[in-house]
Amino acid sequence: MRIALFVTCLADTLFPEAARATVRLLERLGHEVVFPEDQTCCGQMHVNTGYPDEALRLVRRHVRVFAPYDVVVAPSGSCVGSVRHQHATVARRAGDERLASRAEEVAARTHELSELLVDVLGVTDVGAYFPHRVTYHPTCHSLRMLRVGDKPLRLLREVRGLELVELPQAEQCCGFGGTFAVKNADTSTAMLADKMRNVLAARADVCTAGDASCLMHIGGGLSRLRAGVRTVHLAEILASTERSATAGERDRLEVRP
Amino acid sequence: MSRTFLGMPTPAPRGVGHLRGDEPFPAAARRALGDAQLRRNLRHATTTIRGKSGAVIGEVPDWQELRAAGRAIKTDTMARLPELLEQLEAAVTAAGGTVHWAADAVEANRIVTDLVRAAGADRVMKVKSMATQEIGLNEALEAAGIEPVETDLAELIVQLGRDKPSHILVPAIHRNRAEIREIFLREMPGVDPGLTDEPAALAAAARRHLRRTFLSTKVAISGANFAVAETGTLAVVESEGNGRMCLTLPDTLITVMGIEKVIPTWRDLEVFLQLLPRASTGERMNPYTSMWTGVTPGDGPQTFHLVLLDNGRSAVLADEVGRQALHCIRCSACLNVCPVYERTGGHAYGSVYPGPIGAVLSPQLTGVADNASLPYASSLCGACYDACPVMIDIPSILVHLRAEAPHPRAEAAAMAVAAYTMDHPALYAAAQRAAKLSRLAGPRGRGLPPPLSGWAASRDLPQPPSETFRQWWAER
Repeated sequence: MRIALFVTCLADTLFPEAARATVRLLERLGHEVVFPEDQTCCGQMHVNTGYPDEALRLVRRHVRVFAPYDVVVAPSGSCVGSVRHQHATVARRAGDERLASRAEEVAARTHELSELLVDVLGVTDVGAYFPHRVTYHPTCHSLRMLRVGDKPLRLLREVRGLELVELPQAEQCCGFGGTFAVKNADTSTAMLADKMRNVLAARADVCTAGDASCLMHIGGGLSRLRAGVRTVHLAEILASTERSATAGERDRLEVRP
Repeated sequence: MSRTFLGMPTPAPRGVGHLRGDEPFPAAARRALGDAQLRRNLRHATTTIRGKSGAVIGEVPDWQELRAAGRAIKTDTMARLPELLEQLEAAVTAAGGTVHWAADAVEANRIVTDLVRAAGADRVMKVKSMATQEIGLNEALEAAGIEPVETDLAELIVQLGRDKPSHILVPAIHRNRAEIREIFLREMPGVDPGLTDEPAALAAAARRHLRRTFLSTKVAISGANFAVAETGTLAVVESEGNGRMCLTLPDTLITVMGIEKVIPTWRDLEVFLQLLPRASTGERMNPYTSMWTGVTPGDGPQTFHLVLLDNGRSAVLADEVGRQALHCIRCSACLNVCPVYERTGGHAYGSVYPGPIGAVLSPQLTGVADNASLPYASSLCGACYDACPVMIDIPSILVHLRAEAPHPRAEAAAMAVAAYTMDHPALYAAAQRAAKLSRLAGPRGRGLPPPLSGWAASRDLPQPPSETFRQWWAER
């Protein structure tokens, strides 16, 4: 299958290992990955911070760039959530009904990684190997906007060597929330503290999720505490094999001088 | 007095009532987050209610259908609110009640105060009511020399403690029983000095205090959970029975009701009376459901006044996205599941309506500029939408209101530059390369300027990668 990668601006800029892992994984499963180079950002930050008028040009760009593709994948539940639940609204708010209906068409063909693997490609055992004790944080937009349910867990359960441990109070928000993390830094930190308490209580070596943004937040907190638990994107775990166990290839959130 | 409205409906007036806080949410939240006792009380209380509510909702096989029915009835109601209110007025009047229309808090307070004076009373007893808290009725009555006595146990604790409610359903949720004992010992007339903090002992003390009030007070003031347009029937649901006392014992009953509480038909109650207790207190059925239609000779209050309160609601109704907030049945399920509310408590929101529903309702009632920080008091996790028994899409309203809120000038400029840059891939790629200069941000981001410095207060920043994804792809 020919699959267009919607890399997301965050993964492109700060967490390329998650995007590279998505490419490696899909190619290993026998699919062709293309990267439309005119893509930039879906505009979620603008929409959620109160700037839908500024977001309009980004929605227009996103729709134009991805309209030619039958299948689009992103390693982010949150950005896919924005494409599915916000793009048409932004267009309609601006009175552009044509853009809204095109956005809905693109949205219907856009999948979060675990959705693509389980629903579209019909695979749960992706042939991965990751010999670590892992806990999974279901990010809010994957959980409640996309309803990915247990798809990520079904994928993780098939990974050889991986010991999956339950995260207490998993469905509570980690406190990231985009610009919420800086506009309400104290409340965000209080939520993060409880999330980290639960991650540590799970006694996992690795905390994984389907969103680099939430992992940046959780991992940033764990790093600040020198907690000795690292965050790794779901795509990196699924891309790892006995031959190339590269997940967390650079632990940039780990303690460093 | 009759008035003719011209132009757009107005927001709730300033200087009266409790819809506006003294400081923005982040500042108020910061103080609340440092209160370890408050954090503990809230965690315990919200966890307990969540558990109870989840269990009894799980028993109902058609819960999602009930939610959809609740939403449908409310949507229909809002679409023809004026006609339903006139139908309600006619039915209440025909049953012997008197209907008053109050455009805002000032007018509602004046109407109620005049009615109490006309009844010759200098004391009133109150059924727990959000609408009267919203308009600051107690303060207005006190200013007129009338003593209001709250009879809901938690409202009584708040009133005796000269405190503010912090939860829609459990106004004293921020207090534990040791604190309640202290308040009773300090403020309750004739209380036993040997009072312990056993819940039964505290309840008994309140009961003795309230029983005197019930038997000697001639005027009661209530809110309403529902008003049936078809029959003119008002309904109050509660757990304690103190509301029932107020609704049945006095000579005069005055009900202050937000105009959005009307429902079209008697039959519609069957949906809401199933939804409300399970979502709210986690009970299958609330212990007391009191209903009355006008006046019944020889039974209950012989004078009944209904005050229909707008106070910004028509302005909310005019907003196609935001009007969903008027569907709220005040169950407080969204507060109990909200990770922000659980940590900050209700006072941080500044309004009598806290939590997720408050963050969308208060700014709309007052105009967004007067509560500009509230739409941002959410991580948009969506737990409130899932919990809401009438399916109010609170996250979407929050995002909608953020677009209406006044923005800091520097932020608006940065957002415009970011959007322009991201709409030009070459500029965007250059900006990404410049992100490597974020080493300027200092070790782990500690040198970032405000507001980004808020990130580094508790979180390390990732070190920028040696190459972006698109660089890697291009060289592949």
